[in-house]
Amino acid sequence: MQIFQIPDSPNTDLLNRLARERILILDGAMGTQIQALGLGEEDFHGCACRHHSDHPQKGNNDLLSLTQPAAVEEIHFRYAMAGADIVETNTFSATTIAQADYGMEAAVHDLNVAGARLARAALDRATAIDGRPRFVAGAVGPTNRTASLSPDVNDPGYRAVTFDDLRRAYGAQVRGLMEGGADLILIETIFDTLNAKAAIFACMEVFAEAGRRLPLMISGTITDASGRTLSGQTPTAFWHSVAHARPFTVGLNCALGASAMRPHLAELAQAADVAVCAYPNAGLPNAFGQYDEGPEETARQVADFAREGLVNVVGGCCGTTPDHIRAIAEAVADLCPRSVK
Amino acid sequence: MTRLLRLSGLEPFTLTPDIPFVNVGERTNVTGSARFRKLIVNRDYAAALEVARDQVENGAQIIDINMDEGLIDSKAAMVEFLNLLAAEPDIARVPVMIDSSRWEVIEAGLQCVQGKPVVNSISMKEGEAAFRHQAGLCLAYGAAVVVMAFDETGQADTFARKTEICARAYRILVDEVGFPPEDIIFDPNIFAVATGIEEHNNYGVDFIEATRWIRANLPHAHVSGGVSNLSFSFRGNDAVREAMHAVFLYHAIAAGMDMGIVNAGQLVVYDQIEPELRTRCEDVVLNRRPDATDRLLEIADRFRGGAKEEKGRDLAWRDWPVEKRLEHALVNGITEFIEADTEAARLNAARPLDVIEGPLMAGMNVVGDLFGAGKMFLPQVVKSARVMKQAVAVLLPFMEEEKRLNGGSGRESAGKILMATVKGDVHDIGKNIVGVVLACNNYDIIDLGVMVPPQKILEVAKAEKVDAIGLSGLITPSLDEMVHMASEMEREGLSIPLLIGGATTSKVHTAVKIVPRYSGPAVYVLDASRAVGVVSNLLSPTQKVPYIAQIRAEYAEVSDRHERAERAKLRLPLAQARANALKLDWSGYQVPVPQFLGARAVDDWDLAEIARYIDWTPFFQTWEMRGVYPRILEDEAQGAAARALFADAQDMLARIIAERWFRPRAVVGFWPAQTSGDDIRLYCGEDRQLPLATLHSLRQQHAKRAGRPNLALADFVAPEGGPRDYVGGFVVTAGPEEAAIADAFDRANDNYSAIMVKALADRYAEAMAEMLHQRVRRELWGYAPDEAFDPQELIGEPYRGIRPAPGYPAQPDHTEKRTLFRLLEAEAHTGVHLTESMAMWPGSSVSGLYLAHPESHYFGVAKVERDQVQDYAARKGMSQDEAERWLAPVLNYDPAAKAVA
Repeated sequence: MQIFQIPDSPNTDLLNRLARERILILDGAMGTQIQALGLGEEDFHGCACRHHSDHPQKGNNDLLSLTQPAAVEEIHFRYAMAGADIVETNTFSATTIAQADYGMEAAVHDLNVAGARLARAALDRATAIDGRPRFVAGAVGPTNRTASLSPDVNDPGYRAVTFDDLRRAYGAQVRGLMEGGADLILIETIFDTLNAKAAIFACMEVFAEAGRRLPLMISGTITDASGRTLSGQTPTAFWHSVAHARPFTVGLNCALGASAMRPHLAELAQAADVAVCAYPNAGLPNAFGQYDEGPEETARQVADFAREGLVNVVGGCCGTTPDHIRAIAEAVADLCPRSVK
Repeated sequence: MTRLLRLSGLEPFTLTPDIPFVNVGERTNVTGSARFRKLIVNRDYAAALEVARDQVENGAQIIDINMDEGLIDSKAAMVEFLNLLAAEPDIARVPVMIDSSRWEVIEAGLQCVQGKPVVNSISMKEGEAAFRHQAGLCLAYGAAVVVMAFDETGQADTFARKTEICARAYRILVDEVGFPPEDIIFDPNIFAVATGIEEHNNYGVDFIEATRWIRANLPHAHVSGGVSNLSFSFRGNDAVREAMHAVFLYHAIAAGMDMGIVNAGQLVVYDQIEPELRTRCEDVVLNRRPDATDRLLEIADRFRGGAKEEKGRDLAWRDWPVEKRLEHALVNGITEFIEADTEAARLNAARPLDVIEGPLMAGMNVVGDLFGAGKMFLPQVVKSARVMKQAVAVLLPFMEEEKRLNGGSGRESAGKILMATVKGDVHDIGKNIVGVVLACNNYDIIDLGVMVPPQKILEVAKAEKVDAIGLSGLITPSLDEMVHMASEMEREGLSIPLLIGGATTSKVHTAVKIVPRYSGPAVYVLDASRAVGVVSNLLSPTQKVPYIAQIRAEYAEVSDRHERAERAKLRLPLAQARANALKLDWSGYQVPVPQFLGARAVDDWDLAEIARYIDWTPFFQTWEMRGVYPRILEDEAQGAAARALFADAQDMLARIIAERWFRPRAVVGFWPAQTSGDDIRLYCGEDRQLPLATLHSLRQQHAKRAGRPNLALADFVAPEGGPRDYVGGFVVTAGPEEAAIADAFDRANDNYSAIMVKALADRYAEAMAEMLHQRVRRELWGYAPDEAFDPQELIGEPYRGIRPAPGYPAQPDHTEKRTLFRLLEAEAHTGVHLTESMAMWPGSSVSGLYLAHPESHYFGVAKVERDQVQDYAARKGMSQDEAERWLAPVLNYDPAAKAVA
């Protein structure tokens, strides 16, 4: 695989330059916005979708790119107008592995192409209004399986998914995202680094096929009080494991809200020699699974990241809304991005 | 950023300049360790993992794993061993070196490690194209590489060949493949010396000099080598071999070798080698004299058998008591001694089950606590569960035997648990972990997987007669699904325990939303480490009933606290609170006319009579003794002290009465009254025309449960246009004398008596209030002429009507005392006056209103909002600032933040 002769996409230089000039804004949660639409089972199906499955589809948010495209595009547009420079596609679970739970493996290519196109259309619409350039980040989620942990305690050597399974599934996703016009690929919510390494490997294969290398963003998640990923790595060990991707950014998302993320982000920012990205949840969910943290509160904490010189790209994860992104964009507008070593 | 070799296992490893040499553990290499080879061939992976663990404990910073053995499927063995190793956090914390001469074995290994490993090795032995291809893949997998000095013509043996091949490989890697130079580790081949073949004599020097050249000419690259090859000809004489290794490393490290495959447990220190042996080894390694080999052979036998013992692991914990040993094994995931220790614990225990419920569960609780505190992480917890399983396996036959002897039959599972991720949710990692932890503890698990509809769960639960259902979910909508599931279980008449777990679930949600829907036990399980404790309690014939009762009480408390907290936060607009006022049915309500209207002094007090009305419980509280009188006198802990105190009180009480220490006084009054809004208007006469005064009240503003009113004291008085009503008022005092008496005791240095007299004066005032209230009910107002409660019965307030005091929860505004004192002419009648902060002096005084409605009761206004305070201040003719000052403790807002209002 002669990956290192592949030219970088022109966006790579542009993004690297922008992320050193100012703090770039990533969008907020898709799931929370979709939940707010209060869609029922029948809304998830739809005449426009040529894929069918006997499984219930409610909760298969990625499918809405095909069945409720206007709603999804509108969410992207709202984030773009709230100040997002980079908007994530609605493709977090658009892999054959994650879609298997919904019997929708066959739809994966369409989900990714449509997901990228919808984001592209929304961003073009926003750019037509204000002239600001914006970027589509093809969202690549962790799937619901772990390549380095056994789900069977009696058989610690067992693996429910292999590197090759993941590599193929991610490859199909990334091909679709590139075809749909993604400007970069965001491998996110990484709880098992081996899954992420398979995604990176798949990106390199697809880039080699396409003859063009998109910028990568890599984002882990730390949910334990131990300060480790689910698969047990420290933030620095995680960076060492993914640094070979030469990503545009490395960072953290989701997890326990901005304040809980701070020490781990600081460690990562210390270890990494690329731009750093952070998009926390709107605090911790309350006992009923709702996020109470308001836009100002999230923005204040994210702005603290910036004041401490930890970040180049910021946004929001679960529970954040266009209002949160607007508040974050305003809060960091006058703050310097982290200087990249 | 400095170009340094950065690797990782679960933890990072960076080869910084202050690390002179990296130990790569070699014992997990089938070509280098006969013992490890035998373990792998026999598929004894548990022991093979112990070998790896020993190396890490002995300081290996990277472990080399090699499965190149003709008798085994090297690729399968590599995958299996790496996967098993990933489940051992104390080994997996260090990076691995994936070692094979076959690329397919290396690639299979690369697909198993989440950290950044080292590949050992690639080379140009099959030509440059294959080398480029493999290097590109190493880069895509994210690995550093060891490059052997090997080309199409063979392994490099001389300085010239070593440096020529390394330089060529470096240029291809760095310039063509784009490999980071700091991730390149050259292995310029360590060959055996002192073999008797003259051409071999300079191999040590060739390696050391090639190392020096590489470090000087190939920037950022590293040098490594397999040291044990060097001494191959001295097989069987470990002392000499170790000395040769130490001498060789001493010189190679000085030349720039910064990594080596060595037995970390067998390194000797250069300075500590016997000097003669060291010199002769040095002669051989550095090829300093032609007869060097012979001279080393001459003395070699003297050192045979003197090899340094392999450093033992720290086994001090083996001397601990068996309970601590079990805990240590569980916390550290050590299976090696668990069977013997469990057996030892069983011999100490009355029943095998006691070992599980005692030391093993105690150990798992420690694991749970450490996990909760972030001091353990998930893979370690899973390992602990495995240790637990082994321990349980030891006990199982004994438990079965016990059961057989008791007339039971065969092996029975501890219970059958159905597990499912609820409809609409696909997350199952946590559920799977709980499932395996429970399975380890002899529960039968029926796992229905993800997105399971309620009907399916109910069907299976009934068909399989499961003992409990565990629901899991990670996303928010799953919470509602679980509530729905609880309702469905209730509808179907199930009563088995329902366990709730998953990232967004919580004890509060379970207590508030799920428990009310299901009459069986519903229990929140914090994490996998708690699952066994919860389930074993729920299914235990002896523990079940008390455990469920305890859980129910705890959840009721959680639920109440939640509701209080929620209600505490929410405030209704005043208009809405008023709309939800208590609406008593006044039609047909009649209250007697009091014996008199206006105020009258009451001074016919009998000190002995008052004493009968004393409530002694608060008296003990004054002395910081908690407990209810009279039980406190028999209390195990404080009974003796309470009895002594009580005896002293009785003595002083006798003197108070006999010597008439106090001169109690009181005033009581009644006025025609009607409520208007939140205020009670008092009138001069029965014609209710001429206003006398207004008593203001504050209304509760917190959000109430349906059917509960937002109360104000005014609600208990008949409204304008309704039936005729009255309100009373009073001030009682034990008199100012107590202060002088207390001062006298103080001057006599008798603080105890000083406090005692004040405490008794306070009790007197309270008792007078109780006594006067009774007299009001029976005679002065006379709405309960037949009331016949014994004085001590009055403590429970079983009577009709209340006597709320300004400054207390039902009317937190102390300034209302001004109105009361004016109406009663209290100072003139009793000598009690109000200080500027509205306290009564003397302190042993009590005041209040009398309200007579049978529905009247005490309540707390709690916090009020700005809208009510504005309205209240206007009603009182007080400025808002002043009202806010008096009501400061009950404001639900920050009065300073005015601009926002």
